[in-house]
Amino acid sequence: MLLLAFDTATPAVTVALHDGRSVLATSTIVDAMRHGELLAPGIATVLREAGADRSDLTGIAVGVGPGPFTGLRVGLVTARTLGHVLDIPVHGVCTLDVLAAAAEVDEGQVGSFLVATDARRKEVYWARYSDRRTRVDGPHVSRPAEVATPDVVVGRGATLYPDAFPNAAGPLDPSAADLARLVATGSVPVLEPVPLYLRRPDVAEPTARKSVLTAR
Amino acid sequence: MTSEPLVLGIETSCDETGVGIVRGGTLLADAVASSLDEHARFGGVVPEVASRAHLEAMVPALERASREAGVRLDDVDAVAVTSGPGLAGALLVGVASAKALALGLGKPLFGVNHLAAHVAVDTLEHGPLPQPCIALLVSGGHSSLLLVEDVTQTVTPLGATIDDAAGEAFDKVARLLGLPFPGGPYVDRAARTGDPAYVVFPRGLTSPRDLERHRFDFSFSGLKTAVARWVETREREGQPVPVDDVAAAFQEAVCDVLVRKALDACRTHGVNDLLIGGGVAANSRLRAMAEERCGAAGVRVRVPRPKLCTDNGAMVAALGAQMVARGRTPSGLDLLADSSMPVTVVAR
Repeated sequence: MLLLAFDTATPAVTVALHDGRSVLATSTIVDAMRHGELLAPGIATVLREAGADRSDLTGIAVGVGPGPFTGLRVGLVTARTLGHVLDIPVHGVCTLDVLAAAAEVDEGQVGSFLVATDARRKEVYWARYSDRRTRVDGPHVSRPAEVATPDVVVGRGATLYPDAFPNAAGPLDPSAADLARLVATGSVPVLEPVPLYLRRPDVAEPTARKSVLTAR
Repeated sequence: MTSEPLVLGIETSCDETGVGIVRGGTLLADAVASSLDEHARFGGVVPEVASRAHLEAMVPALERASREAGVRLDDVDAVAVTSGPGLAGALLVGVASAKALALGLGKPLFGVNHLAAHVAVDTLEHGPLPQPCIALLVSGGHSSLLLVEDVTQTVTPLGATIDDAAGEAFDKVARLLGLPFPGGPYVDRAARTGDPAYVVFPRGLTSPRDLERHRFDFSFSGLKTAVARWVETREREGQPVPVDDVAAAFQEAVCDVLVRKALDACRTHGVNDLLIGGGVAANSRLRAMAEERCGAAGVRVRVPRPKLCTDNGAMVAALGAQMVARGRTPSGLDLLADSSMPVTVVAR
């Protein structure tokens, strides 16, 4: 088994390679504006570092968001195209599930917790978990004030909005190493590689024609 | 003898998801999926709607193109992609897919300029380009006059629109006249039964004073407003608006300026070949007028068939094939989508 995993739904462009037993190589760069530039070189890097060839790949795991659309699509179109050309399966995973699985929380003490990431426009993508593996609500997109909570909140969304989420916990961003482990061990719900947009495109239908004749 | 390079081209700069495959100068496949219907009710292309559609259409377009061409993706020698100019989010889907293909196939990647690709596509229909030539590229997003000395590396912009693109003017006037989106084909059809001299609409940037600064530039915003004023005045007077006549008069004004300036560019640069490309090149009046006036001036006109004039992957593959043939350096996997890529940059 050789699983290539990556996620582009947050500012992190994160790539990992897993052989079924352990993570062989990782590459992570946090830069919210450069997903399109960084992902493919990241994939080339992990293959090279692991001494693996693209033809050795047996599957792809990709974060399906929710996340800012432009970066999210880079991951998904890369996964779908690679899966098609190499004729290997593509497994989608909710990005928030990856963060939840890595939550730096003491489950015995905290009970349920939230995962929140930056949805821009002063909103967060979020979901509630009863433990690291069990999503009980979400994913949703909301204004922080609408979902403010004293509970532990994992992910960058918490640190961006400390008033709404005073009890922040790591990690800030998902890691493809976690994503790869989860999929390789079958310990996360697997989805189709379809983006979780959660928002409709911003569009307005045209209004009535405006007059071009000035009043005289 | 080694066979010519097999090149796959991807185009996603606007609303068309195009995947084309060529072998050298021979077109093998031209798969195009359009999200145009999804944009129609908004009266123009909505970038996020286009980007979402590109993601969904990409793999099916790749499958269709390889089936049409009767080749396996493994057989492809190089992958070319439009890296700009265009809608940023839309370009990025194609660029990311092209990188994944190049990575997955272990083949070189060429990020190319959309406008240069509109020029290069003509080789698929009319053979090697006469170079230098003047290219008039007119579409919903562009209106440019270019001096093409070598389409794989030396393209000089002579002029461009300073406001609306020609195709955009067609869309806006179509809306004024109650015709559907996209306006081009509907205005063209209505104009066939109209009188082009019914009203004389302004020819933008053709006065001697404008020509000093904007000799090869275009402006269609004032024309659109002139049509709007004319239509609205008629309506206020309770008079019917003769749609066919207004369409014909508007179209005449656009084509007149395009052809006049293109011919002036040919004369100024001592070039005897004019190539017209982009979606507006499908306009029947533009084709007829260009042939008539260029014929009289001794300038040869080349216009690819309409399907190759609108955005497609074959044009990107055609330029890619010329890059490969000329031994140009491929792009890196860190290739950027550049929404405002200047035409002087043919490849990244």
